[in-house]
Amino acid sequence: MRRGLLSFVGRRLLLALLLVFVVSSASLLLVDAAPGDHFSAFDLDPATAAAERHRLGLDKSLPARYGAWLARATRFDFGESMKYRRPVVQLVAERAPMTALLGAVALAIATLIGVPAGIFTGSRRNALTAAARALSLVVVSVPSLVTSFGLLFLAARTGWLPVGGLASTADGHAWTAARYLILPATALALPIAATIERLQSQALSDALSEPSVRAALARGCSRRRAVWRHAFRLSLTPVLAIYGVIVGTVLSGSFAVEIVTSWPGLGALMYEALVSRDLFLVAGCAAAGAVFLAFGTLIADVALALADPRTSESVPS
Amino acid sequence: MPASVRGAGAALAVLLAAFAAAGPRLVANPPDRQFQEYVFAPPMRPRLIDAFGAPRSPFVYPLILEDRLERRYAEDRSRPMPLRLFQNGALLSAAGDAPWFLLGTDALGRDQFARLASGARLSLGVALLAALGALAIGTVVGGIAGFSGGALDDGLMRAADFVIALPALYVVLALRAAMPLVLSSSQVFWTMVAVLAIAGWPFPARAVRAVIRSERTREYAEAARAVGASRTRLLLRHLLPAARGVLIVQSTLLLPAFVLAEATLSFVGLGFGEPISSWGTMLRDAGGGRAIAEAPWLLAPAAAIVLAALTVNLLTAGDSARTRAPRLQ
Repeated sequence: MRRGLLSFVGRRLLLALLLVFVVSSASLLLVDAAPGDHFSAFDLDPATAAAERHRLGLDKSLPARYGAWLARATRFDFGESMKYRRPVVQLVAERAPMTALLGAVALAIATLIGVPAGIFTGSRRNALTAAARALSLVVVSVPSLVTSFGLLFLAARTGWLPVGGLASTADGHAWTAARYLILPATALALPIAATIERLQSQALSDALSEPSVRAALARGCSRRRAVWRHAFRLSLTPVLAIYGVIVGTVLSGSFAVEIVTSWPGLGALMYEALVSRDLFLVAGCAAAGAVFLAFGTLIADVALALADPRTSESVPS
Repeated sequence: MPASVRGAGAALAVLLAAFAAAGPRLVANPPDRQFQEYVFAPPMRPRLIDAFGAPRSPFVYPLILEDRLERRYAEDRSRPMPLRLFQNGALLSAAGDAPWFLLGTDALGRDQFARLASGARLSLGVALLAALGALAIGTVVGGIAGFSGGALDDGLMRAADFVIALPALYVVLALRAAMPLVLSSSQVFWTMVAVLAIAGWPFPARAVRAVIRSERTREYAEAARAVGASRTRLLLRHLLPAARGVLIVQSTLLLPAFVLAEATLSFVGLGFGEPISSWGTMLRDAGGGRAIAEAPWLLAPAAAIVLAALTVNLLTAGDSARTRAPRLQ
């Protein structure tokens, strides 16, 4: 079984590599195909623009440009950002951890809210759980773009949290960053928490009607023990299975959240790169995004395989 | 619970559709007209009881600018403006010399309600057409894959899995970035429809393929084959109708995601451009924390996006949460 898992991880790493290659190449070529480039946006005199293009090798033919980029990319050199005039790898390395932090904290918040709430609503039926279910139906309809606006509004009205956005990644203490993190992380976490709650609730109430749990109850096992010791473990599989999908939601959601709340992460960087037609930076950000998604889903799948032996047996299919 | 909840969902759906259909004809103010005297005007609530406590037919009080610098407005209680149906070329308008803003105005003095209504057409239109496009591609690909099986099935599903594994929003952004930054609004509309359909097709494709694969071995399919139905007829006439259910489920997953995608793209400036109003451009105009703290009515498009998603979620409230994995946000 362990071997199966290892070869599974190996194959997934290969797929991740392929994904990164395709995503970064495609975004490079797509942005390259658009009319105009970074330098045509300014009133540069033609000679300067031409010199800049020559310096970055943009005056060559498309296959030559792409080939040169690819050759450098294999050595982890993703070129130089035209906007920042710094290596893309450096910029991405500064910003990607911010997105990883935001995503990880949001996932933790969503899990800490969603799983207990789902166990609560899934294990009994009364007015309170009905209200909780209605609430989660509403919250699941509020995308993180909207929650970040709503929380921004609350923060600006009450003054409890800073609204200006974290100015730079380098400055200050962990505590300052943490204060700025609360708003975007909560905004990102809320819809995911509601999704997890709905799923956990469904999974738990399904599990409670499983023969094994009913047998436990029939043996005289207390309801609390039946829920926590028996049904919860059964419900873990469908809930863990959704984390692979949620990683994608976090990555896409963080894009909007980062821009609304001025969190200096990968999404904000990608946005700046797209708007200023910063060719190599777009490709670098897209590659980093693909890496995030691939590793996130891989971790989720491995966790699922470890939690449920049946999955890991069927893994090498 | 499901019956009443679905009823609420259906009512909301009808309301949203009517809102989008009526669009610019709902109120008298054109969505792009700038009322320079009424920048950041607060919403003007229709009233039934006037300042003296006497009931009247619905009316609004006109606004007077009290302080230009602070943009403070006061109601002019001396001249109520009665509301009129079907006048001034609008469903609902206020009689009188002052304009009526049901949801207030934005930083340029444009009627938020008029913009929201005309934006509903674009935002919901993009989402609807993109979902139809994704379902169409998905049905064709999934139908062919499920029906033919073998290497073709393998290849098509690998492709679908691959697209699903891509970071969806980054793909949408990169596809959008291949077009010039500034496009006419109809170009933007169709670009977005195409981009979203391309990003969304694998989900219905996989669902349709699963249905076709299991249905094609059922007795009725065998019977149809035995009496000499051609392969095309078998697929189109017998097997695809069985996929109707999953297509409906898929459309309820795609629609809210696409409404949000339009809003996100327009919000960051890669969607609809300035004079055009869509829910995303309105959010962009709402600006940052300070502006919305002063003028919370600028968040009306956010409420509209939530309402659209809530409509779909209410309509499908009874379905198992497990089949409703969100994605593509």
